[in-house]
Amino acid sequence: MKLRGRVHRYGDHVNTDVIIPARYLNTTDAEELAAHCMEDIDPDFVSRVEPGDIIVGGEDFGCGSSREQAPLAIKTAGVSCVIAASFARIFFRNAINIGLPVLVCAEASAEAKAGDEMEVDLASGGIENLTQGRSYRAEPFPEFLQEIIAAGGLAARVRRKLAQGS
Amino acid sequence: MGMTITEKILAAHSGRDLVRPGEFVNARVDLMLGNDITAPLAIAEFQKMGAERVADRARVALVADHSTPNKDIKSAEQCRVMREFALAQQIEHFWDTGRAGIEHALLPEQGLVAPGECVIGADSHTCTYGALGAFATGVGSTDLAAAMATGECWLRVPESIKVVYRGELNRWVGGKDLILYTIGRIGVSGALYQTLEITGETIASLPMAGRFTMCNMAIEAGAKNGIIPPDAETERFMKSVTSRSYQPALSDPDAEYVRTVEIDCAKIEPQVSLPHLPENARPVREVRDVTIDQVVIGSCTNGRIEDLRIAAELLKDRKIHPRVRLIVIPGTPQVHLQAVREGLAEIFLSAGAALSTPTCGPCLGGHMGVLAAGERAVATTNRNFVGRMGHPKSEVYLAGPAVAAASAVLGRIAHPEELS
Repeated sequence: MKLRGRVHRYGDHVNTDVIIPARYLNTTDAEELAAHCMEDIDPDFVSRVEPGDIIVGGEDFGCGSSREQAPLAIKTAGVSCVIAASFARIFFRNAINIGLPVLVCAEASAEAKAGDEMEVDLASGGIENLTQGRSYRAEPFPEFLQEIIAAGGLAARVRRKLAQGS
Repeated sequence: MGMTITEKILAAHSGRDLVRPGEFVNARVDLMLGNDITAPLAIAEFQKMGAERVADRARVALVADHSTPNKDIKSAEQCRVMREFALAQQIEHFWDTGRAGIEHALLPEQGLVAPGECVIGADSHTCTYGALGAFATGVGSTDLAAAMATGECWLRVPESIKVVYRGELNRWVGGKDLILYTIGRIGVSGALYQTLEITGETIASLPMAGRFTMCNMAIEAGAKNGIIPPDAETERFMKSVTSRSYQPALSDPDAEYVRTVEIDCAKIEPQVSLPHLPENARPVREVRDVTIDQVVIGSCTNGRIEDLRIAAELLKDRKIHPRVRLIVIPGTPQVHLQAVREGLAEIFLSAGAALSTPTCGPCLGGHMGVLAAGERAVATTNRNFVGRMGHPKSEVYLAGPAVAAASAVLGRIAHPEELS
């Protein structure tokens, strides 16, 4: 599957408190969460973001709390994938589990600028910065994680497992 | 080649003789935890999975601690979702307002975590239990849902960093100062995806409370887990909370580490981490003329009775600075009761502090002490990110209970020695 959209560029250590501030965690409604996505770091993000857009972060994207509301807010806001030099581990597993594509690629992250048009091929891990005419390759997912992604996320995988067991 | 304590626990919980870093395992989980923010989402996912009953109602712990006592109508609804699920599933370990404490202070106190066990929690500070020699790590809500349905969790075996602490602690230096200093040394992503194995002679003589504080903040270095080899102190603590048996693990002498960090504790002064990252740790003496509006003493990091005793020692017969609000939050009802019995509650109230029922509230900017724009707080909590305790233009300085108490009295960030 190919994803295409404009880049929203952030720095290192983008934490879950700025992705979705705790004052909005009194709901699990995905649309409501998405309405406050990135609010404390980029108040205009929600009005600017368009379906398919791509968030590019630096090192340690998604550090901080375990709140799954963070990748959920990003996904529901219409973001097609997140590219970063590295991810904090709970954010990374949450994204895999809920089916928000996350790609590790330090070079693509370093060179991307806000507003660049990017295309991502999830099957190959190929990343194209169409604005700059540059291409990159994301680190491949281990086979174990590919299975979760292919199943459509962890909930889908467990659902299948439970259905087989009964 | 031997295994580390973390590798041994993960091997034992996935039916393997041997695991190596980088491998993926489905580990049997001894205890799984959720709270009023993460459990409602997990319960929704649990239902989407088509699961009817939790795999084992004795291995699930649900704690209403984040937005409780219910801070608003929406939070009340979240708590109700968790409460109704706990009742319907006959969850053995469910705590509601009044009986609930801050999860990571509460579960060890209840004897629910033991050396050698594997614990996951839909809360990033689940790594606290590594202080008992357990493998404990934070996960998301879907992970919790999957664990409730299957009893298992997928995990990547982490590489381990060995941190060796040597030397005697200076006066007023505790577990919080050691871990802030360590995060200052290695950075907030210095242990990304890895284990911080916390060892050395200083740790061997560090009481349990300080060990919990250190492992609690392993996540602030990006670590998957923090872990301390169980010893006589661990055994003493376990005997005080439970009579059940457990199987401790220890690292083999030839276990492999990605690196070793040596820390000379004699050089460490009381620390404070400046906004907006925990890695901005400095000796408190270098942080001058920083006036403050609020102090919070509590949280899963420093809300234990030992922390309150340190604060009370400094606040006894003193008044809080007129411009400062001090909020003291015992970690659990038992800690609260003990604080009353020992006379600590009277010291706090006489000094002019607000003494709260256990809650995570202000640590994450939820309630019970949210900051306005431009306000500055010293907190014994664990994160000082932008907007963490309230307005995005407020600031949080992290410190241990001694620095926090001294700062509350002087109205600025202060070394405890400045009080005498």
